[in-house]
Amino acid sequence: MNQGNSFRTELLPHLFRQEYARMTAVLCRHFGLKHIEVAEDIASETFLKASELWAVNGVPENPSAWLYTVAKNKTRDYLKRVNIFETQVRGEFERDTPQIEPETDFTPQTIADSQLAMIFAVSNPDNPGESQICLALQILCGFSIEEIADAFLARKEAIKKRLFRARASLRKNEFQISQLQETVVKSRLDTVLRTLYLLFNEGYSSRSNNHLIRKDLCAEAMRLALVLIENPLTNTTRTNALLALLCFQSSRFEARLDAAGEIVLYEEQDKSLWDQELIDKGNYYLVNACSGNEISKYHLEAGIAYWHTTPAEVDKWLHVLSLYNQLILIEYSPVTALNRAFAFAKVHGNEQGIKEAEKLNLNENNYYHSLIGYLYVAINIDKAIIHYRKAIELTKSPAERKTLTRELERLILRQG
Amino acid sequence: MKEFVLIFRLNNHSDFKPSPEQMQERMNWLGSIAAQNKLADQGNTLSSVNARTVYPDNVVTDGPYTEIKEFVSGYIIVNTETIEEAVELAKANPIFKIGGNIEVREVMVRRSGL
Repeated sequence: MNQGNSFRTELLPHLFRQEYARMTAVLCRHFGLKHIEVAEDIASETFLKASELWAVNGVPENPSAWLYTVAKNKTRDYLKRVNIFETQVRGEFERDTPQIEPETDFTPQTIADSQLAMIFAVSNPDNPGESQICLALQILCGFSIEEIADAFLARKEAIKKRLFRARASLRKNEFQISQLQETVVKSRLDTVLRTLYLLFNEGYSSRSNNHLIRKDLCAEAMRLALVLIENPLTNTTRTNALLALLCFQSSRFEARLDAAGEIVLYEEQDKSLWDQELIDKGNYYLVNACSGNEISKYHLEAGIAYWHTTPAEVDKWLHVLSLYNQLILIEYSPVTALNRAFAFAKVHGNEQGIKEAEKLNLNENNYYHSLIGYLYVAINIDKAIIHYRKAIELTKSPAERKTLTRELERLILRQG
Repeated sequence: MKEFVLIFRLNNHSDFKPSPEQMQERMNWLGSIAAQNKLADQGNTLSSVNARTVYPDNVVTDGPYTEIKEFVSGYIIVNTETIEEAVELAKANPIFKIGGNIEVREVMVRRSGL
């Protein structure tokens, strides 16, 4: 038994996130998406009961099993109540309560299947990207509205609004969650992968200063990607490429922030902090990803991330540039264009890199100015300073502003 | 924004195989246009081997050659405000190093009913 207060601050929030999402997924599959609130209520009540009882009696040996038993009983009670209401109170009124088996089961297989189905239910191509991630965070990852607001640096009200719309479309969508059909998998897998990709990016390059939340976002994206890998229907080369990308990126998670929470530039990172285990996993999934003929944007990004785990290779930047050339053909984005310009400078020198970057016409983009500023440092320090100033003016991220200001001060000192 | 087709023409080099460096240069050129968000269609390379030219009266000859021994090797479509801008993009293409040339033509959008 685990007495004391630590469960309130550590164990319970962790368990809550992990098990709440699983429980909701299983119950939702049981009741149907129309009744997602019922599923969430049962899950919430279960956790309320846990927090009350565990505070007095201590945490049971197997907390998850305990939670599932309580959830199972609550489900049975709910269905009994509904049934009494249906037969004795409401009588001949039209029934729209779920017609389902009274027993839920929480075997590992059911949990895995339910979670997979839930990922697909949430990934509706009609929802805008940002609501998509909010919904995924709430339903798939068990994040509270405060935590989501923190991750997005948005106000709680704004997140609530976003969730409200997304949840309404989830209920109305009539997505068949009970059995995941192959046709649905085919038509929605791309949206699913995109959702996980955005989820990860939200954590990796988040506007939030909350290091823990950011790490959780990344970990959740990887966990969900792993759920896809474990099912033959969704274990495609594209899925493997995405997971490889997430592994490679995560391997540098600890190295890219210093003790004060400031961003450490790639070239200044302590490479001993790179997580070799994640790099190995990335390699494994990248090999799987390359077993077919397909080259998706995830393949290319995973390829680029792979090269970034190899600090000293001779032709590294040539490979990286070539991958960026292909990536920008698949999908234009200012970030890709700027990263490509950086790789171009690495291959052809800073002067050529500046010319290439200046063609991009991204004057209002803070990364554009920090890139050009960086490239100018060795060539023309006055111009470098002008661009760094512009970047500081444009950036919205406090962490980045700090890093850029530090750089700017160094340049001003050197300028003398 | 208007669309312009860049048509690549090479001299009679049907067995021409670009070196890895030349490929790289070409990819850099294409990547650069895409990075400026001016690529409307990355187009295609046209085969110089599996090619026939069809003339009146069922006359069919081998090859893509026109009389001046030049053939179209491929095309892409760019998105720019003016033809001058499209010409500037074309100027950076490495095709000139191997004796080729590029024709720039505005795409005339068909209006319905005409």
